[in-house]
Amino acid sequence: MKVGVLAVQGAFAEMEAYWRAQGAEVFEIRQRADLKNGMDMLALPGGESTVQGKLLNDLGLFAPLKERIDGGLAVFAVCAGLILLAEKIEDPGSRDATRPETWFGVLPVTVRRNAYGRQLGSFRTVGMFDGQPDVPMTFIRAPAITAVSPDVGVLSTFDGAPTAIRWRNITAFTWHPELN
Amino acid sequence: MDDRQELNRNLAQMLKGGVIMDVTTPEQAKIAEAAGACAVMALERIPADIRAAGGVSRMSDPAMIKGIQAAVSIPVMAKCRIGHIAEARILEAIEIDYIDESEVLSPADDVRHIDKTKFAVPFVCGARDLGEALRRIGEGATMIRTKGEPGTGDVVQAVRHMRKMQSEIRRVVSLREDELYEAAKELAAPLDLVKYVHENGKLPVVNFAAGGVATPADAALMMELGAEGVFVGSGIFKSGDPAKRAAAIVQAVTNWQDSKLLAKLSENLGPAMVGINADEIETIMEERGK
Repeated sequence: MKVGVLAVQGAFAEMEAYWRAQGAEVFEIRQRADLKNGMDMLALPGGESTVQGKLLNDLGLFAPLKERIDGGLAVFAVCAGLILLAEKIEDPGSRDATRPETWFGVLPVTVRRNAYGRQLGSFRTVGMFDGQPDVPMTFIRAPAITAVSPDVGVLSTFDGAPTAIRWRNITAFTWHPELN
Repeated sequence: MDDRQELNRNLAQMLKGGVIMDVTTPEQAKIAEAAGACAVMALERIPADIRAAGGVSRMSDPAMIKGIQAAVSIPVMAKCRIGHIAEARILEAIEIDYIDESEVLSPADDVRHIDKTKFAVPFVCGARDLGEALRRIGEGATMIRTKGEPGTGDVVQAVRHMRKMQSEIRRVVSLREDELYEAAKELAAPLDLVKYVHENGKLPVVNFAAGGVATPADAALMMELGAEGVFVGSGIFKSGDPAKRAAAIVQAVTNWQDSKLLAKLSENLGPAMVGINADEIETIMEERGK
């Protein structure tokens, strides 16, 4: 399997290592020319969604990636990547007025940014993921999924709210499977 | 290592490939966020002005820092003086995302740094070489940056520190296992951390460049030399067109290998900060705290 990892900002090296460890062939997407590589899956790593979203636009990556996602390309997204995909984004604090309402806006969920507060609210837990017990889950200034459309499959939860989901071609996490 | 330290190292991992910008007002913080900063450093005076003003330089007013926390959604960092445990406690109390125990401020303790393992909040510390970096990590720092010579706009020290650190890492990797004890002694660094570097060929925490980065080319240079991201201090808001320069530096960090794009990004940015030659100044901040 060939995985294209969005490598404009954030923990993309960790995402690359995660997929390599699973035997995938991995390449980085930093600009349009990198999309000449065909891929079986797009991986969106953790980082700052505001930075990644801005760079997607500045580097001309947004439209071609959106086209592929809409066309059914498999997507694996964590944390900031989930925010980039969400149909609705809530900000607990102030929101940069120059920022678009959403980025790709394809995933029928509502995501609340920095839902557990600042870095002191970051935490680790273990839980059930996709029927598998005791999976370590690391939440770093994590978002929360506050609403999902009925056809979204829930793979893990914390405090009753979904923390990992699957919908059509997309698997997305509020925590970091690539860090453990 | 406890969970808190690991979580704090993890936050630094999320900042990689990004630019952390010094800001002194909520308005500047908003400009930085809109330009693509992955975090901001809240401080009353940027290093160039600290240098110009002279005198004792201290932690910023918590009210000013809280104003910046309220203005942006990205992580907010702030500086405390080297060894100033109480300033660090205050910053932790206002839930800062990262504390920079910084040589840019006047040191409160001229021998010891803060025992950062006693804090829940993360710390970034400056280092000029591998030994200094590993000593800070041993004290609990979960992110390292070069020290540069802040406020000068001269990148020469940041280059010197990053090159030295990377070259010392390569040397440690090349040693025989039974030579690591002597290496730890020479580096004045904890043995377990020297062993980590020997086995992994890198620091156990994220390593950014800081000090004197003023242009997209400076940022690309530091990435080429092995930085995982950059701090830009005086370089942005002391320049002619801060928003444009900030956005250009952000793109340069992502695509530091693409010289055609760097050429485009470097066009028409207006005047860079004037800067002072690092070897013509009297107060050498990088010497503070070893």
